Order: sequence, then C-alpha cells, then structure tokens
Amino acid sequence: MTTVLSAGLGLKPQHYETALSCPADGLWFEVHPENYLVAGGPRLAWLETIRARHPVSLHGVALSLAADAPPDAIHLGRLVALAGRIQPALISEHLAWSTWRGAYQPDLLPFPRTAAALERISENIARTQDALGRRIAIENPAHYVRLDGHAWDEADFLAELARRTGCGLLLDVNNVYVGAHNLGYCAAAYIDAFPGDTVMEIHLAGHTPDPELGQALLVDSHAAPVAPEVWALYQRLIARIGPRPTLIERDDNLPEFATLLAERDTAHALLRAPLAAAA
Amino acid sequence: MTMRTTPIELDRFQDEFARALLAPDPAAASATTPEIAALARQPGFAVYRNTVMKGCIDALQANYPAIARLVGEDWFRAAAAVFARERLPAQATLLYYGEAFAEFLGRFEPAAELPYLPGVARLDRFWTEAHVAPDESVLDAAALASLAPERLAATVLRPHAAARWAWFAEQPIYTIWRRNREACDDEREIDWRGEGALLVRPRGAVRWAPLDAAGCAFLDVCAAGQPLAAAAVAALEAQVDADLARLMKTLLAAGAFAGMSDIDPDSKAEERP
Repeated sequence: MTTVLSAGLGLKPQHYETALSCPADGLWFEVHPENYLVAGGPRLAWLETIRARHPVSLHGVALSLAADAPPDAIHLGRLVALAGRIQPALISEHLAWSTWRGAYQPDLLPFPRTAAALERISENIARTQDALGRRIAIENPAHYVRLDGHAWDEADFLAELARRTGCGLLLDVNNVYVGAHNLGYCAAAYIDAFPGDTVMEIHLAGHTPDPELGQALLVDSHAAPVAPEVWALYQRLIARIGPRPTLIERDDNLPEFATLLAERDTAHALLRAPLAAAA
Repeated sequence: MTMRTTPIELDRFQDEFARALLAPDPAAASATTPEIAALARQPGFAVYRNTVMKGCIDALQANYPAIARLVGEDWFRAAAAVFARERLPAQATLLYYGEAFAEFLGRFEPAAELPYLPGVARLDRFWTEAHVAPDESVLDAAALASLAPERLAATVLRPHAAARWAWFAEQPIYTIWRRNREACDDEREIDWRGEGALLVRPRGAVRWAPLDAAGCAFLDVCAAGQPLAAAAVAALEAQVDADLARLMKTLLAAGAFAGMSDIDPDSKAEERP
C-alpha cells in the first residue's frame, strides 16, 4: 500500500458528481467491485474518473470465502482484471459465504467456525491473494442467530486466518455492536481482543431496529447515521491500535452527500487527533 | 456452550442453510437438520431470509424498470419474489440477474392478460446488455461511402457490441416500453401493430429508436456474418417497400455498426474500423 488513507466514504452513484469534485483532505472512496464487473460502458468509465482523483478501495461481498468450495474462478478472474484497471488502495472481503453451488444469495451468511472451516477459508483467502498478487483484508460480519458448534471465537478465528495466510483484517465496529447486542456478548471486550496489528481498515455504519422485533434485534442496515455507541467503540479502538483507514458506509435511506461527508470528517478528525497530539 | 463431537459438515450446513433461506416453513423439523432448524427457529434468521429476497427483488426492479412501472410496484415485487424463489442469481453482479425474467413473465399465470410483458422485459434486458457491453468505436459512415460500389454487395458490416434489436410482429412493444422506460405520461391511444426497437450505445449512455421489420431483418443477417447483398434481400423479404438507402443511413447514424470487412474470397478478410 503506497497511500496512507485517512477517512473515506462508500460511494453511491447518486453522489457521483459531488463526490468527484469534493476537495476534502484525504478523501477516498469504497465500492463493491461486483457492481463494476462488466465488459465496458459508463459504469467503468465512471469508476475510472473517480479513481483518477481519489484513492479507491474495492470491498467485495461475493467471493464467498467461507463456502466449502473454492471461489468462483470466473468471478475471481474478473476481480483481478478490475483491480488491474483501478489499482485500488485496498481490497477486502468478508468472513462469510454467499455463493453456493452456483447460486448467489445476496447476503453475508454465517457458518460454524470449525477446524475444517478454518482450513477451507485459509485456502480460499490464499488463492484469492495469489490471484490478486496482494494482501486482502477480511471483515467480521454482523450476527443475527446463535449458532451452535463454533470451535473458535470470531476474533481468534480471524487472527488465525491472518497468521496462516498473511491477510489483513477489516474491523467493522458496527457489526461488532450489532452482533454483541443481538447475541448478548460484550462489544467492548470483542474490540479489545481484536488483533490490532492486523487491522488494515475500519468500517463504521448505522444500524436500525428490526421492523418487527424492534430494539430486541438490530439490523446492520447501513440505513442510518453511525450510532453514538459505535463512535465510542471506534474511539476506544483507535486509542489502542492507532489510526487506520476508516470508512463510513451508507447504502440505504441515503442523505445528501454533505451529510455523509460530515460523518466522514468526524472520523477524519479523530484519526488526525493522535497525530496532531504527537506532533 | 456445549461442543459437538461431530459438528455438521460445512458443505451440508451450507446446503441446508441455503434451502432454509427459501423454504416456506424453514423451522419445521421435517424440513431440515436439527442444526438448521435450531437456527431457523430464531427470530434473527428472518433477517437473512429477508435480505436475500430483498436483494433479489431490488435487483430485478432495478433491471426491469419499464415492467415495474407498467404493473405497479406491489405487483412487480410479488412476481419478482416468485421468480427469485425459482431462480436465484447465477452470479454476484446483480446487473445480470433476471436473464430468464421475460420467459418467466410469459408463463406467469397472473400475467396471462398482459401478453406484452415478455416483449417489454426483453427491451429492459437489451438496455442492460447495451449498458455493460464492451467499449467499441462506431463504424464511420464515410469509410463505407468510400468503397467502390461494386464491392458494396460483398461487404460485411459487423454490428456494434452494444447494439440490440428485435422485431415484435404482434404488438407495439417499443412504444409501450419507451413510455414506461422514459416514465412519460403519454396518454395517447397506442396504435396496436407490430413494432421493432434498436438500442445502441455508441458512447456513454444507451440510446433507443424504433426500427422497422426490414431494419431488424437486415441487422440479423449482418450479425450472422453475411454480406450486404444478403442483408438487403432479407430486408426486402421482411418488408417489400423497404427503403434500403435510408435504412443504411439510419443504422450508420445510430451507431449500430462497429466494423466492416470484405468477404471477397480472393482477398483475405480484413476488418477496418
């Protein structure tokens, strides 16, 4: 990685013009590569134009690294081609599965963290990193169900994947908060136990109460501003591990670009604070 | 937490979990393994079920906007849910999802009284295909004009990678599609006759125009690698009064072609941009 990133924003097509010309210091953007795995046309041109002015990160949702199968070769090949074209500052994926036996279920699905899963996912990450010729970051997903049969804690499992494959990690603080709330564990303890030296990127997003169950079940909807509790966990994290590239994600109930930029500026200021204090 | 001595195999877990995502009653003990039933009984399991269905339905709605406007959002989303349960996306680039949606609408019982839906869906699909097609420069009309007239008949025009066309003999599919795709409130009576459409993307955005039966037949023959002489015959067969000169001019101006080559058997086929 040649660029040291500060705080960035998930890029939405609705904000393209404003995003492109935004002069904010150190602003970078993240996109889902799946939306750009096309042969040609305005989408790719759009991404290349953004890339010419801002660093871009590719955040995949569909390599299905936790499936009990190698990543789809065609999908991976297209991702490699896109990465070659865009030269992203970061590439990341999830500790989850989505594509299974040729069908894509558009979600990040859970699995039992067993020794066999560890083997398989290590292999899949290694294969992906070999194809891309670089290190990727693996993100902790949000959780909604209590799954029997985990042999590993999630943070330990991720740390072991990083140890085995040399991959980095992407710590989604909102996912930690949502999972801790839904399954009843301590978010702060999870954040404190997370292997800080492997963190290549941090995600911050908003959650919403389940439409039927209300506060009993929080959903990682990316449809609201980052919650105060999540900001607090974020500050706790960077106080311990130091500043890392941080992304504000928003996918639904989209506000004006300026509103998102203000959230991003908050993260930017928090990241710069320790540097300023040290200077 | 009790540790299982023999945890469910990962592939089995994924088979059963995937099935439970779409099953009408996923928590039924008879429907799945005890491990998956235990997950499906939890309220949080609905988040995965809802997210998967919403992802599919949203993608179909984004990919078939003319259909969605024609039938209304509620009808569309109900139909899309039936389609999604039948066929999940084959790939993660959801832009491509719904290749079989036109065919589905043709056999979807509640759509029986809307026989134009499959045709309109085909044009929505054409839009997507044109939108993501490889970038390619358009054949310069001047290059064709510079050919000696005697060579014209043996020249093969190659349709542009983004060009899509179809003739619908029974229904005014183009007008129905255009009014809904452009979301224009044109209340004028539609003349109920056959119509064709041409979608192109010479650069930037996808564009569309009506195309008659002769034009569609002409492009079909060009796409099959046949020379202009054969394309002209096909156009005249499709439409006896076809104005070939005007047709060529229209297609060239629209950016329907990307290259041309000579099929003269004595010279090597050579393509020129």
